[in-house]
Parts: sequence; C-alpha cells; structure tokens
Amino acid sequence: MSILVNAETRLVVQGITGREGDFHSRAMLEYGTPIVAGMTPGKGGQTALDGRVPVYDTVVDAVREEGANTSCIFVPAAGAPDAMLEAAEAGIRLIFCITEGIPALDMLQVYWVLRQQGVRLIGPNCPGATSVGQAKVGIIPGNIHRPGPVGLVSRSGTLTYEVVQAMTDAGVGQTTCVGIGGDPIVGTSFIDVLDMFNQDPETDAIVMIGEIGGDEEEHAAAFCAREVRKPMAAFIAGRTAPPGRRMGHAGAIISGGAGTAESKRQALQAAGIAVADSPSQIPALLRQAGVR
Amino acid sequence: MKLQEFRSKEILARHGVPLLPGEVARTPQAARAAAERIGGPVVVKAQVLVGGRGKAGGVKLASNPAEAEARAEEIIGLNIKGVTVRTLLVAPAAKIAREHYLGLILDRGSKSITVIASAEGGVEIEETARANPAAILRLPLHPLIGLQRHNVRRVSFFLGIPPELRGAFADALSGLYAAFIGSDADLAEINPLVITDDGQLLALDAKIVLDDSALARHPDLEAMRDLDEEESSETAAREAGINFIKLDGTIGCMVNGAGLAMTTMDLVKLAGGEPANFLDIGGGAKADRVAAAFRIILDDPNVRAILVNIFGGITRGDEVAHGIVEARAGLTREVPMVVRIVGTNAEEAAEILRRANLITAESLDDAAAKAVAASAGELR
Repeated sequence: MSILVNAETRLVVQGITGREGDFHSRAMLEYGTPIVAGMTPGKGGQTALDGRVPVYDTVVDAVREEGANTSCIFVPAAGAPDAMLEAAEAGIRLIFCITEGIPALDMLQVYWVLRQQGVRLIGPNCPGATSVGQAKVGIIPGNIHRPGPVGLVSRSGTLTYEVVQAMTDAGVGQTTCVGIGGDPIVGTSFIDVLDMFNQDPETDAIVMIGEIGGDEEEHAAAFCAREVRKPMAAFIAGRTAPPGRRMGHAGAIISGGAGTAESKRQALQAAGIAVADSPSQIPALLRQAGVR
Repeated sequence: MKLQEFRSKEILARHGVPLLPGEVARTPQAARAAAERIGGPVVVKAQVLVGGRGKAGGVKLASNPAEAEARAEEIIGLNIKGVTVRTLLVAPAAKIAREHYLGLILDRGSKSITVIASAEGGVEIEETARANPAAILRLPLHPLIGLQRHNVRRVSFFLGIPPELRGAFADALSGLYAAFIGSDADLAEINPLVITDDGQLLALDAKIVLDDSALARHPDLEAMRDLDEEESSETAAREAGINFIKLDGTIGCMVNGAGLAMTTMDLVKLAGGEPANFLDIGGGAKADRVAAAFRIILDDPNVRAILVNIFGGITRGDEVAHGIVEARAGLTREVPMVVRIVGTNAEEAAEILRRANLITAESLDDAAAKAVAASAGELR
C-alpha cells in the first residue's frame, strides 16, 4: 500500500509537450509511472516522449481513449486554473498541479468547484507525490528515495528532497512522499494527508515538514493529538524569517503576529510530536520513536 | 505588494467608496498650495508603507495653509522605522464622531474572502482581536457568488450604522469588495471608517495589499509600486526574477527553493551566525541568474561570507557549479564562499568546485558551520 499514487495510477500529463512537461514526464516514465496520455490543445494525434505516449486535444479524449484517472498539470499560471477545471469536468478524480504563481482569487474558485465535484487536488505550487518503487507524479527526483515505512508530507519542494535524502542516507525508507504546495489556497491540507497516512497499513510513522504562515500546522497538530497514534517527527522552516515579508512561497508570511515558526513548533510539541532543529535530525528522531 | 494610502484611496474612490481624496504633495510649498485649494483645516499625512506613522509624528493637523506648509516641513525627511518620508497626502480634516474598522481579507482557513468589521476603529485590528475579540465580526463570503446584500446588512447592523447612513455604508462595503476583486487584493481595509459630526460616512484611511501572483494582469497597479521604499537590491532581484529579501546579518545565502532557503537561514542562525538575506534562485538556475544573485548579495557591505546551498532535482549540479565559478571570477569583492551542491550530478559539481578552490560541504549543518567560521575569518 501507499497513498494517492500507485501501480493503478493511469496518468494524463496536461502540458506534456512544453519544456517542463516533457522533461518531468520522461523522469516519471523512467520511474515506472504509468503515463497513459498527454494533453496539449491542438496537438491531438501526435505522440510525446519519443512516440511512447499519445497526445490528445482534450482531457475528455484522454479519459475516453486511455482510461486516465489522474492528472498532472505543467501548464503556465495563466492557463492552469482552466486546466484543473477541465480535468475535473472530464471525470479525473485526482489532480496534481505543479504550476507556481496562480492568482489566489482564481484558486479560490477552482478550490470550491473541485470540492463540489468530489475531486482531490494536490497543489498548486507543489512538487507532487511519489509512492516509493511504484509511481511518481510531479517533479520529486526519483533517486532520493528508499522503500520503507515512513510517510512524509510537506509544504515545500527542495526542502522535502533534503529531508528525504537525509532519511534515505540514514537507512530510513518511505512509503509515500507528498508535497501539498506553498500557496495560501491549496487543494489538500496537512490534515487530509495525515489522515491518509494514519489509515495506510504500510505507513508506520509520519514526517511533517511545515513552514511559517497561516495556521495549518497548528490545526494539524490538534488533529494528530486527537487521531494519530503513529510516531511522528516534524520540522518547521522559517524561525529566522522577518514578519510581514513573503518568503518566496506566496503562503509563507507572518502577518499580524500569527504564523510564526515558534507557534507551530509549540503546537506540534504540545501534541507530543518530536520537532527537529535541522532536517538532518529527522532520521534519529524517527529511530528514537521506534522506526526501523 | 503594499499600496500607499493615496493609491489605495484612488482605487477605492473609483469603486464608489465615500471618501475625501485630498492631494499628494512632495514639498512644503505644494502642501500649502493643496491646503489652499482644499480650504479649511487639513491633515498632513506621511505616505509610508510601515505602520505606526501617527505615533512617529507623521500625521499632523493644520488649521490653515501656512500651518500646512510648516507641518509638511516637519514631516518631509522624517525617518519612520527606517523609511524617509518623501511624499505627503494633504486631505480635508474631518470632525470624527465615531470610528469603525472595515476590511476584507483572503482567509486561508475558511478559503474565502472574509469581511472583518469592528466598531472599534482607528486602532490596528490585531490589537482589537487581542484585547476585545467579541468586538470583531468575521463574515466569510460565498466564494462563488461573493458579497450579497444580506451580507452588507448584517455588517451594517453589527456596526450599528444609523438608518440614514446605511446607503452610504452599502456603497463603502460594496466598493471595497469591488476594489478587492478588481485589483486581485490579499487585503483591503478602511481604518478608520468614520461618521463625522455633521453626519457623513467617510473612509479616512485605507490600505490595499495586492496578490503578487496576479500583478502580471494589472500593469496599472504594478506601476504604483513605490521604489523609494524598496531596498535597491530587492528591486534588482525582482527584475532578475530572483526571490530576495534583505536582512541584517553577515552571511549571504543563495539557495534553490523557498523552504530550503528559509531552512538554510535557520541553520546559519543555529550555528551562531546571522543570515544577511533570503534568496531563492528558483528552478533551473543558470549561470547568468547565479551571477546576478552574487551581485545582489555582495551589494550588501555587511556580507562577510556566502553560503550556497543547491539541492539539484530540476537543477543540474554541475551547471550550477560552473555558474558559480564563472560568476565568482567576475565579482568586484571577494568573500569566502562555502558551496554545497546535492543531487543530480553532485560528483561532477564537487570536482569543479574543488578545482576552483571553493570551500565545499556535504551536509547542510556542516555548510552552515563552515559559513559561520568563514564569516569570522577562521576559514578561507
């Protein structure tokens, strides 16, 4: 088992013929992800990835012809909201949006429409998810993983890779690693993913990587105290971030004294979760909690 | 991006929010002329993006044009929390009977645009939230149909707006909402929204913060950016497509990815140093972007060492290493550099760095410790 993506995933890549879409689709295919279709309007009938993947004009076609059930979006910010709505309309039930820089008001509408349609959206502005040894959707480098019992959820990209690499180097493997995205409005919350890991029989422990801004980590901490009985370790980025400034991610901002790293660390510790001062401490904290 | 008060009022007025716009002045003489045109008592207000300008002496009353000139003379050049006042707003003074707070925010928790209203205006809403949370109404609006008339009525009754001013209040809230949507704001607030002695409802001060991700579709708003209040290095970074925030420390940081960039700063601090900046060069960092990042970091005379931390995923390590070596050759100032490159082609990267005599590190903790030592002159 694992969560979100696995061998049953039938992926359509929206924007497969673009530079990013092409580059990362090759990496996904190499990892073993079942990419069944690509989608670029006006390029229907062509193939992508050296003839290995058929390209369709619409997501509807990709679903009808290839049975696509999951989408990964590499469309630029101006077109990404429409791409998400198109995928949902076509019957896709799991969408990963990698695109960064989507206006928040656009995301607000997409969020609620997708919710009404019962679609799970991961992102936007996220690196995707990898179920180790099964499938990877998004841009997380495939070579940093090692199979094992730990699930990881993060708001970040390269920081996630840093933590995963530290775990792999220390011999602590992963079930699934999920990046939920650094924007203020994202489709899937920490709690959503924590809940999935909590119910996944193969996941024995959970790592959560948060950052300054908002109060999602605080809510997640309360959820963990209530529901999660699996050992956990956490890291929060941004202890040195000044208030009132956006730290790269649109959502990473301390405003009106709320959203500080200290508040999140305290909430997690109060929930009995071990909080690391450096990503390198995560494997040891997991070992202490009994992870093999 | 934060907009100055006079810009925010300009936008609100365009959407029908009742207010007395006033005039912008950049010299005491211009302030006097503005006061003459306005007639009657005026208030002279420093236009700065930092809070607390009233307490700092940046807002003053003047009963006639000569006084307006004198007050302007005092305020121009004033240093408010590190910002030098260059621009003033001269606006008609109002006799205030009641002050309210009225704002709209993009609320991450409820995933909606939320109205925030309080009968206690004139103070920061965060302060009211701490001292008297019951005095605040938070009303999430429907994300797909937006502000409805019943929402307006609810806020109006909550604030106890007198019957004869309910029409004006509806104009204020509807206008605020239209301005929020029309400019892709994160925050739009009127504080205070006042009722005057002679029974007028007016927006006396306003603040709009725009969503940076939406600025591309609002070139008119982008043009309102106040470059006077931005660090010159931050302006240069923005133009180079680099996420950069200047801080007060001595260790320059260059990292790919925002979360990792914050973590790198945190670890510098943990190792006993102080970060000089936040810098995210983004994905696929090419030589020219790396060179620009170095120039921006070294523009800060406090920088004693640079820590480069690249986790190659999308970014190829050897490409970054070449970029670093090339860029270093072109730098005007030499400081010790600690470079850590992990991931795709890390081996090749390390070899390139070693040949160029740069300090390398394997772990991030090690890199931070070396950067702190290098900044103290203990490692070269």
